[in-house]
Amino acid sequence: MPPLDRSPSPDGASPTSVNEPRDDARGNDAPKMRAEGLRAFFGTTEILKGVSLDLARRQVTSVIGPSGCGKSTLVRCLNRMHEVVAGASVRGRVTLDGRDIYARDVDPVLVRRRVGMVFQRPNPFPTMSVRENVLAGLRINGLPIDDPEALVEKCLRNVFLWDEVKDALARLGGTLSTGQQQRLCIARCIALEPEVILMDEPCSALDPVATAKIEELIQELSERFTIAIVTHSMQQAARVSDFTAFIYQGELVELATTDDLFTNPKNRRTEDYITGRFG
Amino acid sequence: MATASSNDDPAAPGAEAAPRFDREVNVGDIVFRAVTAFAGVLVILALALVVVDLGAASGRTLVRDGASFLGARAWDPVHGLFGALPFLYGSVVTSIAAVVGAVPIAFGIAVYLTEYAPLWLRGPLGFLVELLAAVPSVVYGFWGVLVLVPWLRTTGEPALASALGFLPIFQGPPVGNGMLAAVLIIGLMVLPTISSVSREVLSAVPLALREGAQALGATRSEMLRAVVFPYARSGLAGAVLLGTGRALGETMAVTMVIGNRPTIAASAFAPASTMATVIANQYDEASGAHLEALATLGLLLLALTVALNVAARLLAVRTRTAGSALPPRAPRASLLP
Ligand SMILES: Nc1ncnc2c1ncn2[C@@H]1O[C@H](COP(=O)(O)OP(=O)(O)OP(=O)(O)O)[C@@H](O)[C@H]1O
Ligand SMILES: [Mg+2]
Repeated sequence: MPPLDRSPSPDGASPTSVNEPRDDARGNDAPKMRAEGLRAFFGTTEILKGVSLDLARRQVTSVIGPSGCGKSTLVRCLNRMHEVVAGASVRGRVTLDGRDIYARDVDPVLVRRRVGMVFQRPNPFPTMSVRENVLAGLRINGLPIDDPEALVEKCLRNVFLWDEVKDALARLGGTLSTGQQQRLCIARCIALEPEVILMDEPCSALDPVATAKIEELIQELSERFTIAIVTHSMQQAARVSDFTAFIYQGELVELATTDDLFTNPKNRRTEDYITGRFG
Repeated sequence: MATASSNDDPAAPGAEAAPRFDREVNVGDIVFRAVTAFAGVLVILALALVVVDLGAASGRTLVRDGASFLGARAWDPVHGLFGALPFLYGSVVTSIAAVVGAVPIAFGIAVYLTEYAPLWLRGPLGFLVELLAAVPSVVYGFWGVLVLVPWLRTTGEPALASALGFLPIFQGPPVGNGMLAAVLIIGLMVLPTISSVSREVLSAVPLALREGAQALGATRSEMLRAVVFPYARSGLAGAVLLGTGRALGETMAVTMVIGNRPTIAASAFAPASTMATVIANQYDEASGAHLEALATLGLLLLALTVALNVAARLLAVRTRTAGSALPPRAPRASLLP
C-alpha cells in the first residue's frame, strides 16, 4: 500500500496500467474504506452526527437521502475535501485500507490522489485541451507519463468517450457537451488510478442518454475501483449499486445491500423515504 | 396560460375574452429614461469635447509635422524648438519600470489575499490596499519630496552607484530628484490598482475548478499553477495594463520628484520629465506653438491611456467569460473600477 505520510515516496506512485486492479489483495474482503463516528462541521453547526459506514471493496455503494441531509458532506469527508472550505472541520475516524486518513501525519493531498472525486457539475479545466484534461492529475502531481497518447486513449476508452472525441483531443475541455464533459472528468479522475472514486450526483446535470452511459460506466469501473455515488434517484441507486446507505439529518439510518434496502427496509424512516412519504 | 389541469381549448370560440397585453403609457418611466439617458450621453459628449478641443488646440501639429515632432529631442520654448521625444521617453520608461517593479509585489499581495491569508485578515488587509489607491497624489508627492528624494540623494543612489556603478543607468551624480524617484513613486501608486484588480480576477476563478484540482491531489501552489493562473491570465494582463495606464497619467506626485528637465539621460539618477508633468508645469505660461505642442502631448497621452484601458477591459471581460459554463464563486461587482 502506498504511504500516506508526508515523506515523499522514493519513486512516486507510478501510474502503470489503468486496467489492473490497484488493490494489492485481490481476495481481500475487508472494507476498502470505513468511517467510524464521523462528525463534520461547518463552523459550529454539526452536519454529520457520528456516521459509521463501510465502503465494500470494489463494490458500488450509493448514498441516498433527502436534500441537505449531508450526503455531499459525507463523501467530501472521505477524501478530505470537506476541510478545504473555510471554517469546515471533521472529527472521528475514516480509514482507507485500515489506515486513518485523518491521522496527524497524513498528507491530505496524498489521500486525494488515492480517493478520487467526480463532482455534481462537470468541471473540466477550461484552459486545457481534452488531452491535457485527462493528463491533468498526473501533470499536477509531477508523475511520470511514459506514453501520454496511449494513456489518454485508454482513459477515454474507459469512459466510452474515445470514439466521440478522438478527433477533438486538442479542443478545449469546456467545448464538449455536458455529458461528454462529465465523462471527461471521470477519465481525468481514473487517469490518476485512484483506489476509490467518489461521485457526487454525477448525473444530475445530464440527460437520460448521457446518464445511461455514466451508469454503464460505473458498473464497468466497479470491477477495478471502489465506488461511492451520491444520488437523488432511487432507480439509479437500484440500477448501479451493490449497497445503499440512507442518510437522514446527518445520521446514517441504514446501510444494506441495495436489494435489501429497497425491498425490505429495516428502518421505518428508510421505508418512508423510499416509498416517497417524505423527502 | 392553460395549465395541465385545465382542459379548455384555448382556440375554442366563445371562451373567456383573450387576455390583453396592450402597451400602456407610463410617464414616470419615460421621464426617468430621458434623465438617465441624458446623464449617459453627457459622458460621451464630455469625452468627445475634450478630444475635439485638444485637437483644435494642438493646431494640427501631428498632421503638419508628426514624425519630426515625435522624433525630435530638443524642447526649447524660448527658441521655438518643440520635440516630444524626451517626454515620450520619460513617460514610457518611468511607467514601464514602475509597473515592472510593482507587478510582482502586486500579484504577491493578490495571491496572498485570495489564497493564503487567514479569513479574518482578508477583509482588513484588502481594504488597506484599496485605501492606498485613495490617497491623493499630492500626498505621495509630498512624502517623496520630504523623505524619498533626500534619502535617495544621501543614501540610496550612492549605494546603488557603488554596488552597480558599472551599469550606465547607475552612474552620474546622485541628485535625488529624477527618474529613479519618479519610478519609485509611480510604482507605489500603481501597486493598489494592480493588486486590487488582480485580487478580483483571482477570486473570480470558479470554486469548481479549484476543487477539481484539489480533488486530483493538487497542493495549493500546484492548483494555482495548473488551474487558477491559466484561467486568470488575461484578467491579470488586464490588471497590468490598467496599472500602466495609471502610471502614464500620474502627474502631481511625479512632477514633485522627477526634476522636470526635458532631457534623455542614461542615468536613472538624472532629472527627467514626462508628458503629464511637462503639461502641468508649462501650460500657464505657454502660448502659440508652445501651447500647440503641449496640447499635442495631451492628445497623445489621452490616446495612450484610452487604448490601455480599452485593452485592459477587453482582457478582463475575456476572463469573466472564459469558463462561462461554470458560475463564478460569488456574485461580484464589476471587474474594473
Ligand atoms: N459551505 C457551507 N457552509 C455552511 N453550511 C453548509 C455549507 N455547505 C453545506 N452546508 C449545509 O450542510 C448541510 C448538508 O449539506 P450537503 O451539501 O452535505 O447536503 P446534501 O445531502 O448533499 O444535499 P443535496 O442533496 O441538496 O446535495 C446542509 O444543511 C447545508 O445547508
Ligand atoms: Mg449534495
